[in-house]
Formats: sequence, structure tokens, C-alpha cells
Amino acid sequence: MVALAAMLPVAAGLVGILAPAFGHLPALGHRGVSLAPFAALFAAPGIATSVLLSAATGLAATALGVGLTMLLLAASYGGRSLVVAERLLAPILSVPHAAAAAGFVFLFAPTGFVLRLLSPWPSGLEAPPDIALVGDPYGIALVLALAMKETPFLFMMALVALSQVEAAGRVGVARSLGYGRMAAFLHAAWPLVYRQMRLPVLAVLAFAASVVDVVMILGPRQPAPLGGRIVTWLQAADLDGWFLGSAGAVAMMGLVLLLVGLWRAGEAVAGRAAARLRLGGRRWRRDRVARVAVLGFGAVAVAAMAVSFAGLMLQSVAGYWPFPDVLPATVGLAVWQRRLAMAAATLGDTLTIALAATAAALPLAVVLVEAARRGGVSTRLVYVPLIVPQVAFLFGLDVLAIRAGLTPGLGAVILAHMVFALPYQVIALAGPWQALDPRFEAVAASLGAGPVRRFVTVRLAMMTASLLVTAAVSVAVSVGLYLPTQMIGAGRVATVTTEAVAAATGGDRRLLGLYATLQLVIPLLAFAVARWVPALLWRRRRGMRPVRWAA
Amino acid sequence: MLRFDEFAVALGGRTLVRLDGTVAAGKVLAVMGPSGAGKSSLLKAVAGLIGPPFVVSGRVLVGEEDITRLPVEARGVGLMFQDALLFPHMSVVGNVMFAVPRRVARSRGARREVAMGHLGRVAMAHLAEADPATLSGGERSRVALARTLAGAPRVLLLDEPFAALDQALKARTRDIVFRLAAEDGLPVVMVSHDPADAEAARAQVVEIRPCQEGEGS
Repeated sequence: MVALAAMLPVAAGLVGILAPAFGHLPALGHRGVSLAPFAALFAAPGIATSVLLSAATGLAATALGVGLTMLLLAASYGGRSLVVAERLLAPILSVPHAAAAAGFVFLFAPTGFVLRLLSPWPSGLEAPPDIALVGDPYGIALVLALAMKETPFLFMMALVALSQVEAAGRVGVARSLGYGRMAAFLHAAWPLVYRQMRLPVLAVLAFAASVVDVVMILGPRQPAPLGGRIVTWLQAADLDGWFLGSAGAVAMMGLVLLLVGLWRAGEAVAGRAAARLRLGGRRWRRDRVARVAVLGFGAVAVAAMAVSFAGLMLQSVAGYWPFPDVLPATVGLAVWQRRLAMAAATLGDTLTIALAATAAALPLAVVLVEAARRGGVSTRLVYVPLIVPQVAFLFGLDVLAIRAGLTPGLGAVILAHMVFALPYQVIALAGPWQALDPRFEAVAASLGAGPVRRFVTVRLAMMTASLLVTAAVSVAVSVGLYLPTQMIGAGRVATVTTEAVAAATGGDRRLLGLYATLQLVIPLLAFAVARWVPALLWRRRRGMRPVRWAA
Repeated sequence: MLRFDEFAVALGGRTLVRLDGTVAAGKVLAVMGPSGAGKSSLLKAVAGLIGPPFVVSGRVLVGEEDITRLPVEARGVGLMFQDALLFPHMSVVGNVMFAVPRRVARSRGARREVAMGHLGRVAMAHLAEADPATLSGGERSRVALARTLAGAPRVLLLDEPFAALDQALKARTRDIVFRLAAEDGLPVVMVSHDPADAEAARAQVVEIRPCQEGEGS
């Protein structure tokens, strides 16, 4: 039931977008069915390029993310580095897409940090080069930034999957048969892990193909990928734009379905190639160099992210900062002083939305994972809002909400955020929830505790840490949401993320630095609370220390 | 021949197991004792699958080669557990082909032939293309044995390999394992808590007891 309820807004949104896509918008006096919006869509300049860009960047970013996840896991499995990676995961995951994209620009733009480090020596540059290192027409920067952002998510999903398959014994068998560490993992465990994480992979694919905020910060323009153009059309606030945007949203839905089909076909081909390799029996025993290289790359990537976030904070206080200088000539709090009042109001709204959506969705998530634990209910349906592209159903939802008499505002945005908070909560909670030994409750029952009492005093109490982490994940997701805030709030609700994107597209780097800093700080605080509250609560209970997936 | 030279596994300063002596080709050393006594830790230590906080001391030699410090993949030990741990994403024959070393056979056809030979030895050739998940417990154990032997190990390590089987099946599976190990001239170390396992193998028996706090450190 709850799972169905989670799907409902998506279904409603899709219905809401279908009507205007075929020229039916009775509220504005347009009735009947016509193909005119699609004709206009196909006639839009550069539309083929936009569609190709969406498809290619989506597939490439997903393939890169999955490949990196696979190699990082193979290189770290069974070693100390996996424990380190797991500790770093939560803070990295909590970084909103827009902030990650802004960090990428800070590092790799023509005036970015990397070129400043290399200039004037050894690059020989005195002025920033006149090439599109970010926002390139091929979407290369977009693919790299998306892969960098999605790899930690995929890595976490892989760790969850790893805890569900009997990997350790099988990898041990493969190694005892003479396979090197990476080969043993890739042959004996990865196919099982991948099968468990297929839905999150498809969610990444759909997201990457239809992403909007990252495109606005560092994607190609003229033409932009399809997702970005749909939003531009829909926000034009004229009738033609709405029809065009709706047709585009339906086309996006079709494109994502097509990409999912392509991806599945690719999976089949890769699976067959892997099976051939397994039967060939090559041992790949000398893999130390490969392992060190992969782990080194991972370490450099994490360090680069950390540098870029520090850089964004620095950017918010930077004064005069001419090109080859690594650090700004002057620093000052001018932007912070000028914008503090407004930023404080935005921050307040951001927190209100995040906390309200989290608090409202959490009981539903608990009901869902408990139902799944008792069997019969699958949590797969909650992935629907993550796999259906956001641009495809949010506008429809907006149209329906207006017809239902809901005014765009904080309340509507909170409801929209719930749609996305819930699936991530279920993802975060499902593993630990299943892992708790059911015999604790059985013992409580045998001592005469009724169902409510044992659920609250045994299960919920023992799950305190996991519930808090789940809430932190949910807050991070909500803070990072761009499109749901922008579209359902009809531009009237601002969060640190919508402001960061606006500052980025407006080219105001100091303001971007300020909002990106706020974007980074909120989720980090949430995770800090999630870690320290249980530590304080259970400081005299060694058995309540957090269980690690990778241990 | 497998030789233990003051080989010991310790945890937190406590010696769990200590072994000295040799196991000749085709002979079985049965390590008996209640659960929790450190039997499995001993096998993992021989296989190289154990790390901190366990501390391994002494030496274990295969023939004249000291394998104590080698990584798992270089030791040439065949492992069998209570769970067959077949790879669920490969067919029965695929599981065995995965184990065939490339020095034994390179081409796909040749590897398949070797694998089929091992399946024949455990009377499983007729189910070569089957999905491992459809096999019975006894069949799974036999495929696991074929896979282990296909890896051309120098030593066979058995960790309660028959514990999940019922009495009749246990006796049959046990006979196949010890017969084939003897055929291949493999020294066998078996961990078990069932005295019948040791009798059936006509094994040398080492009893270990759970160590008491502070003993042997």
C-alpha cells in the first residue's frame, strides 16, 4: 500500500504531462487531441543534437560510474582501504549535485585551480586559455562530473549488495584456486553484487540522461541536452512553451526507456564476455600494480573533491584573484555581509523543507521496510520516482496540483520532496533493518512484551543509529533537490540549491561559493548529528557500536 | 607431503591451536574438537585466509616449500567447506572449468574436457550443464569436490565438509572424497566434530580443546 502510495505522484504526474503533450489543456481553453506539440518539438532547432547529448552523456556517465565502482571495490575488497572508503562514504555522498558540479568548475575551468597550479610553470600560460574546458559542446565535463558524483552512490549500493551475497567464502575459494585478488573478486563476487544493484544503476542512468542542474552549471549550451531544454520551455510560461515542454517530457520518458533497453542489452553482452573470460581461466595473479593504480586514482579523486570544496568556501570570501595566482590577493567577508539576511531566510526555508519532508516520510519508510522484512512486500516499487525522469512527471504533477487548488509554496514543495526522500530512506534503512537479529524481539515477546512495546523498546531503540543515518541521508537528498523545488515551488520557493544554481548560471562566483558552502555544511551537520547522538546515547554500550557493512 | 613445524594460531596472546608433524600423501589428519575451539581458524591459517587480529607463527611446508608467507593464490591449497559455495552465476561445468589451471589446459575445448573428466570422477558428468541451484546437497558437495580437484591442488583442506548432509549421504560423499584424495596423492587436513568422519578416513587424529584464559600464551 505504502509502496503504491509512493508511486502515485509519479503516475499522476505522467498522466498530467500526457494531456498537454497532445495539445489538451482545458484550463487554458485547449481541448482535443493533436500532434502539433510533437511536430513543434521535432522542428525545434538542434533537437537531434540535444537528444543525442542526453543519451550519450547518460550512458557514458553511468558506464564510467559502474566501471569505477567495480574496479575500486575489486582493488579494496578484503583490505584495509575498504574500511577507509566506507568511512569517507557518508560525507561524500551527502554532497548535493549542484555543489559537486560547482566544485568541478572550480577545479577544471580555464581559470580553475588546476590550471592555476600549473601556470605559469609548467604550462607556460600567462592568461587563461580560450578553450571550453567546462561546458564543452560534447558534454565531456558533464560526463566526468556526473560520474564523479554518482560513483560514491554506486559504491554504497555495491557495499549493501555485498552484504547480501555470500561473497567472502566464494572469493576465498577463487583465490585458493590461484586467482589474483582483483580477478577473484571480479569473477566470484561482482556478477552477484551487480545483480543486486541493478535498480540503483538504472536510477543513475535515468538521472544522468535527464539531469538539469548539473547541465545548467557545466553542461553544453546551444544546444543543451534535452532535460535542460525541457525546463527552459516549461518555464517560458507561455502556452507554446508548455505544449513544447510537455511533448519534450514525454519524449524524455521514451528516451529513458530506450536507454534502459540499450543498457540491458549492454549488460547481456558484457555478461557473455565475462563468462568467456571465466571459462578461460586466466589467473591475473600479479595485480599489485593495477591495485595500487586504482586505489591511487580513488585517493586522488577524493582529495580533489576535498580541495574543490575548500576552494568553493575560499571563493566566497575571495577578493581580487588574478589568473595564474593560486590564492586570492585579498579576502573579505563582503558577500557574506551583504547577503547574510537573504541567505539566512533561504537557509531557514531549506531546513524547514528538509526536516519536514524527512519527518513526514520516515514513518512511511519504517512501515515499508518492516513490511518487506515480514515478507510478501517488495521495496522495488519505491525506486519508481528515481527511475522515471524528474522532468517527465514534475510538470504534470504541478498542473494537477494547480487544478486541485494547491497553491505553489512551501507545503507543496515539502510534499514533492517527500516523493524523493522516501526511496532514499528505504535504501538507507533496508539493510540494517533486515540485519537486526529477529530473536531479540522473540525474546521480548516471550517475556510478555506486546507487539507495540517490543517494536518500540526493542526494534526502534536498537535501530536508533540507523534511523538517524537514514534521516541524515534524507536531509542531504532534500537539500540537494533542484528541479522539484524549482518546478513545484514555481520559482517562489528558494533553497540553497536553487540559489546556488542561479548564482552559477548568473556567473557570480562569490555568491556561488557562499551557497555551495551552505549546501555542503547542512548535510555534513546532519551526518555529524547522526554519528554523535548514538555515540553519546550508547557510550556505555559496546554492543551498540555501529555495524560496518564491509567488516 | 604436508609438514607442520611448530605451526600455531594465536588470538589476543592466546594460542588457539598448535600443530607439529607431517601428513603423508593420500593420508588424512583429522582435527577434532568442539565448536569454538579454533579448528576453522587453523584451516584458514593453512590456506592463508586469515589476517589480523589472528597471529600465525611457525611454518607449514608442502614438500620442501615453505608456504607460510605466501598469499592464498600462490599456495595451491584446495578448500572445501560445509557450504559447497558453488558460483551461482556459472553452470556446473563452468564452475569446474573456472578451476582448471592454464598450465593444464589452455583452449576452451581442452579445458572443458579436463573439467568433464573431473565431473566424471564424482559421477556428475550427466548434469554438466545444470544450474548449481537445482542440485541436491550431495550433488553440490560432489561438484565442489570436482572443482577443488580440478584446481590441481597440492593439499586438500576440508572444513566440516559433510556436516550438512544426512547420514546415508554423508557416508557416500565421504568415501568419494577420501578415495579421490588418495588417488591424487593429496595430503588432507580435515576439521570435524564427528568421530565417524575420522574413522572412515582411517585418519591420524588431533584433539583440540578450547583454550582456557591465559593458557599457552
